[in-house]
Parts: sequence; C-alpha cells; structure tokens
Amino acid sequence: MRWILPLAVIALLLVYPFVVNSFWLVQIGGRTLGFGTIVLSLVFLTAYTGMLSLAQMSVAGVAGYATAYFTAPTSGVGLLLPWPLALILALGLATVAGLLIGLVAVRTRGIYTLMITLAVAMAFYFLTLQNYDLFNGYTGFNNVQPPVILGLDLGANLPFYYMSVVLAAACYFGVRHVVRTPFGLALQGLRDEPDRLRALGYNVPLLRVLAFGLAGFIAGIGGILNIWLNASISPGSVALNPVIDVLMAGVLGGIGHPIGAYIGAFVFTVVDNFAIDFIARERFNTLIGLIFLAIVLFSPDGLTGLVHRAWTRGTGWARRNDGDARETDDIGK
Amino acid sequence: MNTQRFMLGTAATLAALMGSTALAQDGETITIGGLATLEGPFAAPGEDGLRGVELAIHEFGGEIAGHPIEFITASSDGNPDVALESARRLVEQDGADIMVGPLSGSEGIRIAQYAKEQPGTTFLNGGSAAIETTLVDPAENFFRFNTEGAQWTAPLGEYVVNERGWDNIVIVSEDYSFPYAQIFGFMATYCEAGGTVADKYFTPVGNNDYSSVIAQLPLEAGEIDGMYVVLGGSDAVNFLSQYAQMGGQLPIVGGTNVTDQTVLTTQGPARELLPGILSSGPVSDNDDLEAWEEFKQLYRDYYGDEGLPSPSLFASNYYTNTKAALLALQEVEGDLSDNHAAFNEALANLEFTSPTGTVSLNENRQATAAIYINEVVEQEGGSLALEPLERIESVDQYLGLDRETYMELGLPSRENPSCPS
Repeated sequence: MRWILPLAVIALLLVYPFVVNSFWLVQIGGRTLGFGTIVLSLVFLTAYTGMLSLAQMSVAGVAGYATAYFTAPTSGVGLLLPWPLALILALGLATVAGLLIGLVAVRTRGIYTLMITLAVAMAFYFLTLQNYDLFNGYTGFNNVQPPVILGLDLGANLPFYYMSVVLAAACYFGVRHVVRTPFGLALQGLRDEPDRLRALGYNVPLLRVLAFGLAGFIAGIGGILNIWLNASISPGSVALNPVIDVLMAGVLGGIGHPIGAYIGAFVFTVVDNFAIDFIARERFNTLIGLIFLAIVLFSPDGLTGLVHRAWTRGTGWARRNDGDARETDDIGK
Repeated sequence: MNTQRFMLGTAATLAALMGSTALAQDGETITIGGLATLEGPFAAPGEDGLRGVELAIHEFGGEIAGHPIEFITASSDGNPDVALESARRLVEQDGADIMVGPLSGSEGIRIAQYAKEQPGTTFLNGGSAAIETTLVDPAENFFRFNTEGAQWTAPLGEYVVNERGWDNIVIVSEDYSFPYAQIFGFMATYCEAGGTVADKYFTPVGNNDYSSVIAQLPLEAGEIDGMYVVLGGSDAVNFLSQYAQMGGQLPIVGGTNVTDQTVLTTQGPARELLPGILSSGPVSDNDDLEAWEEFKQLYRDYYGDEGLPSPSLFASNYYTNTKAALLALQEVEGDLSDNHAAFNEALANLEFTSPTGTVSLNENRQATAAIYINEVVEQEGGSLALEPLERIESVDQYLGLDRETYMELGLPSRENPSCPS
C-alpha cells in the first residue's frame, strides 16, 4: 500500500516528457527539479535543524558562477577546465560557501539567522554586481552549456530532463537517508533540545555548521542544474527576488517535509509563468501575491500539510510518526 | 545543437511543432508575442512599449491577408534570465510565430542568442539597444528595426564640443550593456573632437540612493563643464531628484532615456532640472515630420488619457518593429512556410517610413535611420517635450566609419572608450 504513491510518482516522472511540449518539459519540468533542489536545501535546514536560511540561492549562485567560470570563460574572465574537474570545484565551492555561512550564522536562532543570512545573500549580490575580475559584473556569463558525454548532449531537452530527475531524486533520497543516520538524528535532537544535546556531549555548533555545509552541497547541485537550464548567470540570478523566491516556494510546498520543496517549486513555477494569462498584464504580480497569500492563509504548513490533513481526515488514519519533521509551528523555536 | 534539440524532441514536441507549422495555412491565426519589462525599474517604459505593439496591430485592423493576428504578452524585469524564461514561454508554450521584444539591453543580447535555437520563429527587437545584439555573431532570424544605443548618441558628443564649447565632463551611468553603448557612441565623437572625461561613475540598475555618487559631483560648473547622465526610468528620476535636492546645478546632457517621456512626465524635484537638458536619440516629440505627427495622433486617438502625453521612445521602437513585421507579412501574404523563409527574406529587404522617417536594415539586420539632437522644453500647459535642434539622416551601425575601423574600437565596457583629462 505504501509503495503505491512513490511508484506512481516515478511512473509520472518517466512518462511526463512524452505527454508535454518542450516548454512544459524544460521550462516547467526542468526548472521545477533544479529550483526545487535549491528549495530542498532550505527545507532540509529548516525541517531537521530548525534554522531558516535565506542564503541558499546565493550558495547555488556560487556553484553556478563556478561552473560558468571554469567551463565558459567570457571576455577574459574565467579559466577553462575539463568539465568533471569544473563540476567538482563548483560543488566543492558551494559546500565551502555553505560551511562559511554556517560559521557566521551558527550562534544565532530564529529571526536572527534569517537576518544574517539575508545580509550574506545581499553582500554576495553586490559582490557579483561590482566585481569584474571573477564575476564579470552586470553582464555575468553567457553560453554556459552542459557537457556532451559520449555523444549524448546533456543540453538537449530529453537528456537534460532525465538528468534533472536523477539528480533531484538523488538529493531527495539522500536527505531522507541522512536524517535517519546518527548525524541526522543528532541534528533533529539539536533542533528540539540543544541544551540536552550539549549535555550529552555533542558539539552543537559543529553539527550546525556541518548541516549548513550539506545544505550548501545540495543547493550547489540545484545551482548547476539552474545555470544549465538558463545557459547564463548574472547578478540578477542571485538578487533579492530569487533569494525570496526560494523561501516562498518552500513555504508554499510546506517546509516540514522534503517533498514539499518540489511541490512548492512546481506550483511556484506554474503560477509565475501563467498568472499573466488571467489578468491585465500590469497587474499580474498582484495575482501571484494573492495566490500565495491564500495558500499560506488557509494552510500554514503549505500544500503538503493541506494534502496530509485531507488524507488523515479522509482515511481516518492516525498520523504516522516515522521520523518526519515536527509541525511547522515548532520550527525556529 | 539546434537540430539535435528538435531531433530529440518527443512525440509531444512534434505535435506542438505541427501545431505551429499548421499556422502557415491560409486563414490561420498568426500569433505575435510581445515581451517587455512590466516589472522593476523599467516598468513604465515596458508598458508603453507594448502599447506600441498593440497600436501597430490595430492599425492593420488586426489581420493580414485573411490571417487574424493574435497578440499575447509576457513580462520580464530587465534581467536576462527572466527575459529568456518569458521568451521560451511565448515561443515554446504559446506557439508565437513572431516575437517582438525585449526592452532592455542585456536582455536583447540573450534573446538574440535564443533566436538561434528557434529557427521556426522570427524575432524582432522591441526597445533593447545594446551594440552586441546585432554586432557579435548576429542571429539570422533576429531583426532590429530600431537604431541602437551608440547610434543614438554619436552625434551628441561632437555637438557639445562644437556648439557648447564643453571639453571636460563627468559621466554618471547605470552599469550594464545599454549605457555602455550610449557612452561608447557619445565618447567616440566627443573625444575625437577634443573633449576629455574626468571621471565615470557607475551605479547598479534599480539603485535608490545616489548620495555616494552625488557627494563626488561638483554642484556647479567650473573645471567640469557638465555631466553626461545615462540613466533610465525610475533610476533617472531618483538620481535627478536627489541631485536637485542637494542644490546641484551642473549643466546636464542626457542619455536617450533620461529625456524620454517616461521620465519627462515625472513630478517633484527632478522636474526642475529637466528643462534645458540636451540629449540625442531616435525620436523627437516636437518634430513636425508628417509620419511622426500621424503616429502621435494615432497613439492619442487610441489611448486617450490612458497613455502618455506623447508616445515614448519605447512605444515608437516597439511600434516600428511590429509594423515592419506586419508589412513584411503583408508582402508575403502571411506565408510562414519553410521556417519563415519568404517572410525573413521580405524583412531583410524591407524599407519603409517609420514614425521618424525612412528605416532600412544592413547585413547584420540592424537598422539605419535618422537621429535627433534634442533639447527639453516646457510646453504650453506645463508638460515637457523634446524640441529637435538638429536631425542627422541615415546614421548606420558603424557610426559612419567603415566596418574595419569600427571593429577596431572594440566592444564597449566600463573602461572602453577612455579619454581622461
């Protein structure tokens, strides 16, 4: 019984490319998976460690910029490396960025974590905007194409989609796995009772920094998928709007469970793309805002929370407690 | 890569493609997708740009040779990523046959690249005016019937040296491709005529606080004769307001966007600085050219109070590009078969009278047209408008130089060109 839903999701993901056009495949599907992976890194941090970070888009940006710098040098900026090395460097740098942000934010909680990570994100934005030696300023990098492996062009629609599915699934199941390991359990412990955990002899700040590092690695994968989707990166990709978008997608989907990341990213992408069809073109941002407001108002734990409650009510099942995050209300305490 | 994308497209993709090729049949709807910045600092220019598209379609009665024209829109915020996403939506999801847009410089560079991936769609520029779009490896199916940023300002540089006697200025500019183009064109003739630039100050797009720049600017003319301001939309309004509030009185020459109707209609402290500003660009509000009068009348009749007092540069550019598409469509009677072969051919050879006079394309599908040197004047009734001081005919992409000499100037950037005092 419990396998039906996952199997249905896998079947849907595999069949999806054959029932939609290229826009839904790449721009909705590909973007949901890449952007969703960045959101996943936020959901992981929030659901299992209780820390809300606004810098995840910036970390993804580090990976994106690194990929561009090492695979698509432009007007004298960049250093061409073989792509496997470039990707290892990109993910490594994203992880390091995550660890550094963790170091800065480790002593803060709740709203202060939010503020300090926002400050880091904005500092990074202005750095990319005004630095010409590493980030090429306002123009950024264009023409960043995925590699061609054994004649298979990963930039073509279908391979790109399946690559995104595989990487997103790996991140999703990776997160599900990590939270069941001793490390993951310790993270949930420090989320609930940091003092007790400290009394048990755990190094609480170290655990937090490591969680930020892991979230950085995940965001890095999302960032690489994102830059291959757009083929370009510029400061606009790490500006305030995209930074907030990550949080918005997370809250939409439900920040208590990893699957919420992808659901949120999907709904966010669809609404963002199609709102303009339903309302005068000068007012479509208002519609987007109203939709998000309605979801958050009627279901504070996002769409996953909504579905979950409907499910338990419909079937009368008691809520299974299998290591999932606690209710959203508790997060950040 | 292009072909591969299509080859690997699935049955569904093919079905979608069949949908768009079917449009070539007689009487089928032709879809025009309009892309402009409806968010961010260029929201007002974006709105007026789309008015231009709508106006052109309206002028043709909404149909060409029995093909009804459908107009759909998408928005961007000046960021190339967002522009690309919206363009993909228009082309791949909504099946636009013709795309008109985008508005901003760096967006244009990105969309011209995207055009190469979509040979089955014809791209016309909207308002974007970076040099690179049609100079560096231009796309076969990307056409720009408006002149670009360097063409707009080239005549002004010489003019301020010769007519105003300025030879030492500072530059305040947004930090991206379009202002680089404007500075490039201006300085090309300004430095040649013996002028020097003491300093350039670059600020990010969408900046709200200009105090750090203003602190470094002289408040009145002295060693520095004047300043060249290349800002657009709300950036121009914010900067001028703050400079005026500091008591700044340095004479100003403006980039094309500084004296656009979207800025001239502003209220508050910025307005005091506007009368008397010199600028240059492809339009002039008070030009008595017949085509311009007709266009203004058409715009006013159609939009009334909803529109601006006089159509902006962006309305004019979007209108010109859309009209070019419609004229070419008329010529081929709506035939879009064979990846728009006949239609693209017609576009490349098109020469017609735009609101600002005759426009034609060169081998890069970049427009050659007239440029005005303008002064901002106060009208009866208090509104501000551009009064033409001089009209320079047929300014081409290479600014009158031959191609090799022009290419040697290099691409515009923060540092290029340079003529320090």
